[in-house]
Amino acid sequence: MRIFLLIISAILVNNIVLAQFLGICPFLGVSKKIDTALGMSAAVVFVMLIATICTWLIYTYILIPLQVEYLQTISYILVIAFLVQMVDIILKKTSPSLYQALGVFLPLITTNCTILGVAIMVIQKNMNLLDSSIFAIATSLGFGLALVLFAGIREQLALTKIPDGMKGMPIALVTAGLLAMAFMGFSGVC
Amino acid sequence: MNYIKPFVNGLIKENPTFVLMLGMCPTLGTTTSALNGMGMGLATMAVLICTNTLISALKKLIPDAVRIPCYIVVIAAFVTILEMFMKAYVPAIYATLGLFIPLIVVNCIVLGRAEAFAAKNNPFASFMDGLGIGLGFTCALTIIGAVREFLGTGCIFGTTVFPERFGILIFVLAPGAFLTLGYLIAIINKIRGVK
Repeated sequence: MRIFLLIISAILVNNIVLAQFLGICPFLGVSKKIDTALGMSAAVVFVMLIATICTWLIYTYILIPLQVEYLQTISYILVIAFLVQMVDIILKKTSPSLYQALGVFLPLITTNCTILGVAIMVIQKNMNLLDSSIFAIATSLGFGLALVLFAGIREQLALTKIPDGMKGMPIALVTAGLLAMAFMGFSGVC
Repeated sequence: MNYIKPFVNGLIKENPTFVLMLGMCPTLGTTTSALNGMGMGLATMAVLICTNTLISALKKLIPDAVRIPCYIVVIAAFVTILEMFMKAYVPAIYATLGLFIPLIVVNCIVLGRAEAFAAKNNPFASFMDGLGIGLGFTCALTIIGAVREFLGTGCIFGTTVFPERFGILIFVLAPGAFLTLGYLIAIINKIRGVK
């Protein structure tokens, strides 16, 4: 039951994009087509799970015993950059079809703040390894859900007539605002 | 004269939020009030000035092939220093900004300026560029924060303008951030006469 609540809360109630404002850059950047949105979401799920497990292990078994917790930010960002590079190389060698689908998005993920954000969040919330992994998967699914929904709306939006000043970014942001209002319904604020 | 240009350029012509539209996460996430927005802006500015100056001073020592990891380490080091500094001296602001302080590391503005400006110019010009971009970012965040605070709670910088019960609560909550930024950019596009 506790795990079920954790999943629902990470996907819907505390949606990482629409309620916590992490990962806005890819959210606005790769949401013009549903296909690319799906590819990006899959890449994020994949990397976030691996990155969260690795950084959790590093924090618990290296940083705490050595009492250098303040190196968290530096070590995490290096680990994430390294991991993304490695996943990129491994996928290219072992699974060309998966690489075809995810390859373009992998380099973009290093600067995706959801990855670093979740890695730090699980430490702040004192989660154990199992909870952290579940939290990482659920959060990235929430990211994917928001991204794909938004991409669907933007595909329709491209066909509508929009006032000049609102074209491009402003209308996308207002749309995201409406989407965030819909998601707010899950947390039950008046 | 030559050093004034990068400063003004960063503040107005290439304003990171309203024109370049970089660093959207802290822009939306921390601007629940004018003071929070300003705190986040100043924190980013401090990091930006330090990294710009240092990277530009080190640019001859850093091999071209590994420059991005080097930049990231320099940025992460300054962010860690800032984090400890804020925890010690301004714990209240540190608590409200929370996660967004370590996330300055992945803020595209900081790495973007290192790559686009500091790697090509001398330290003093880079310092001015950091100051300009940083101030531009701080101003943008303060404006967004002030608008949200005013519409949501009827205050600006904590000074009550109209009673809170007439405030539109949604502007302090998540959707308000998107709406405010969207309409502010639309207004600025209109003034700049884009298309």
